[in-house]
Amino acid sequence: MKMVNLKIDGVKVSVPENTTILQASIVAGIHIPTLCFLKDVNQIGACRICVVEVKGLKSLVASCVYPVSEGMEVYTNTQFIRDSRKITLELILSTHDKKCLSCIRNGNCELQKLCSDFGIDDENRFKGEKIRFIKDESAIHLVRDNNKCVLCRRCVAACKKQNVGVINVNERGFDTKVGCAFEKDLSDRSCVSCGQCIASCPTGALSEKDSCDEVMKAIYNENKYVIVNTAPSIRATLGECFGMPIGTNVKGKMVAALRRIGFDKVFDTDFGADLTIMEEAYEFLDRFQNNGKLPMITSCSPGWVKYCEYNYPDLIPNLSTCKSPQQMTGAIIKTWYAQKFNISVKDIVVVSVMPCTAKKFEITRENQAASGFPDTDISITTRELARLIKCANIDFELLQDEEFDSILGDSTGAGVIFGVTGGVMEAALRTLEEALEGKPIDRVDYTEVRGNKGVKEAVYNISGKNISVAVVNGLENVPEILDEIRSGESKYSFIEVMCCPGGCINGGGQPIHNSYTRQINDIIGKRMKAIYSEDKNLPLRKAHENQAIKMIYDEFLDNPGSEKAHEVLHTNYTKRNKF
Amino acid sequence: MKKKISKIPFKNIPDKEEKLTETISKHKNTPGALMLILQEAQDIYGYLPEEVQKRIARELNIDLEEVYGVSTFYSQFSLVPKGEYNISVCMGTACYVKGASKILDKLTDKLGIGPEECTEDGKFSLTACRCIGACGLAPVMTINGEVYGRLKPSDIDVILEKYK
Repeated sequence: MKMVNLKIDGVKVSVPENTTILQASIVAGIHIPTLCFLKDVNQIGACRICVVEVKGLKSLVASCVYPVSEGMEVYTNTQFIRDSRKITLELILSTHDKKCLSCIRNGNCELQKLCSDFGIDDENRFKGEKIRFIKDESAIHLVRDNNKCVLCRRCVAACKKQNVGVINVNERGFDTKVGCAFEKDLSDRSCVSCGQCIASCPTGALSEKDSCDEVMKAIYNENKYVIVNTAPSIRATLGECFGMPIGTNVKGKMVAALRRIGFDKVFDTDFGADLTIMEEAYEFLDRFQNNGKLPMITSCSPGWVKYCEYNYPDLIPNLSTCKSPQQMTGAIIKTWYAQKFNISVKDIVVVSVMPCTAKKFEITRENQAASGFPDTDISITTRELARLIKCANIDFELLQDEEFDSILGDSTGAGVIFGVTGGVMEAALRTLEEALEGKPIDRVDYTEVRGNKGVKEAVYNISGKNISVAVVNGLENVPEILDEIRSGESKYSFIEVMCCPGGCINGGGQPIHNSYTRQINDIIGKRMKAIYSEDKNLPLRKAHENQAIKMIYDEFLDNPGSEKAHEVLHTNYTKRNKF
Repeated sequence: MKKKISKIPFKNIPDKEEKLTETISKHKNTPGALMLILQEAQDIYGYLPEEVQKRIARELNIDLEEVYGVSTFYSQFSLVPKGEYNISVCMGTACYVKGASKILDKLTDKLGIGPEECTEDGKFSLTACRCIGACGLAPVMTINGEVYGRLKPSDIDVILEKYK
């Protein structure tokens, strides 16, 4: 690799050729401000915030796209640059609604931070015509408020990267705006609700549809029995909303906070994940041994399921019919649990805390109401939970750890790792191998399917049979694997797909970090570590060892894949038209 | 200027559809095919309706939003059909000074459509165009290429009668 030597603000650095000035500045320990730049997502040099001076060049260059060269001298902090950045910000503000106090991103907005850093002293310096946009609240999971949009195009790039591509920059000049074709509402397009656009937005132009009020209304209603359950990945990310280091596991504090908020029971979606594994592993076994439709593809990621329905409807028979852990948890609460503890189903409100905006869509799907009532009533994201906690006068960091409530708070390591790419596959393999061998197996770790690679594959010889598996990490990598199935060339028997890159730990409902934090941290890696270390430290790590699950099969469901199990825990899918 | 989107239902004509098929298969594998195809599609249909854009997206295997983004970026593309008679009012400097906007207002008033729109019966469309080089006749308009010069708003009724 050829190295290039340059000086940035007098600091000598040596970086590989084709590195951008922005990347080189990180090596030099210099933080050049950015707005439209987002590592691995958007690198287009549009906003002009990251401009720098290069000795010998007449005009400023955008450091996020300008490559380094030998002997280059870069200045990042001259009067000229500061003035330029300030004017750019003032011009952006001239069409921005500037309603910071009521903005969902107040305190976590990249535009707000830049204005603060660059000493913007008059947010109305440039006055002129403004377009008033009507908010797009059509989708079930998000709100687009273009009055706050800075046209950075990060959401467009994120959507495209997910292979969804239902938003673009339309019109030109002053009329430029981000939206769908032909002024359509997002709900009329083939959006999969993954929320990666929200996670990439530097301002409050995109946000999840907030259900905090709905949750509190249920809690304050004395006639309602409000049960919450939290997805595996929430414990690994929630702390970030309270300034804790990325990758801190806050399970105990999270449970304590949920009790303080006033939920009647605090359960763990990890239980539902364990249950999903029971059903999914046995569904696979059935297909594998009885010439069923293979490869079987996992169905717990609702963004992925919706993507499949839009783009690969012919492969719907390959999807596992298992409901997701969120819906299995809700279904068991409203059937077995309600009966056992004599609680009227109509008074139960099941709230799920999810890393995911597509879960808000999932709860509205057809055939997701085992008890006759929706399996889950309200689905909120990690960010909404943080808001609930802040609103409830709780000092999160001072909370003492507490445990989940019993029975449906019981889970194993298999449930925990559902939160990361490869986790569902590994959890399934742990149960599959013992089921096929018909005896306890020592192996717990299937490290081949771990990690953040786009596609991971492995072949396991179990009970004399080769089982070939693949893990697809993010929709970006779906076509390469699914096109193979279409053409009949797929060598796999079992495929896991997670919609978001990295899995649920990087879902569209997770805490949002600014561009710089994302540039200098391996956020996915750190969150992943938190998940795997919890798994490692749990006494039980295989779904079928979960005592609550044994009890539920004994008392209620009979066996995995039984008629009763199908009635309560399985669902179906429908072809959706892309246009 | 913001693109107007036609509410007039799309009428497909097999002839045109076939031409579009030819165009797409001709350019499909050329780099930058989208621009070429959009230009030719507009020549075929007179505008770029949703149905045509969807078809182009499907056949090029790109997102509809990508097609739409391009079609709204360039001023050469229109999302509104041309009427049986397309009235182009010159808004060039000379015509403008000589009162072209009054001519345009009168037409808008008479036809019930603004610039870059088409009447519901598909009979007339209206365009505010750049200088057509007939400054000596300012203010000037054309109807399907026929030139009308030294216009006064009161001339419009008589001229339109001819096309009814």
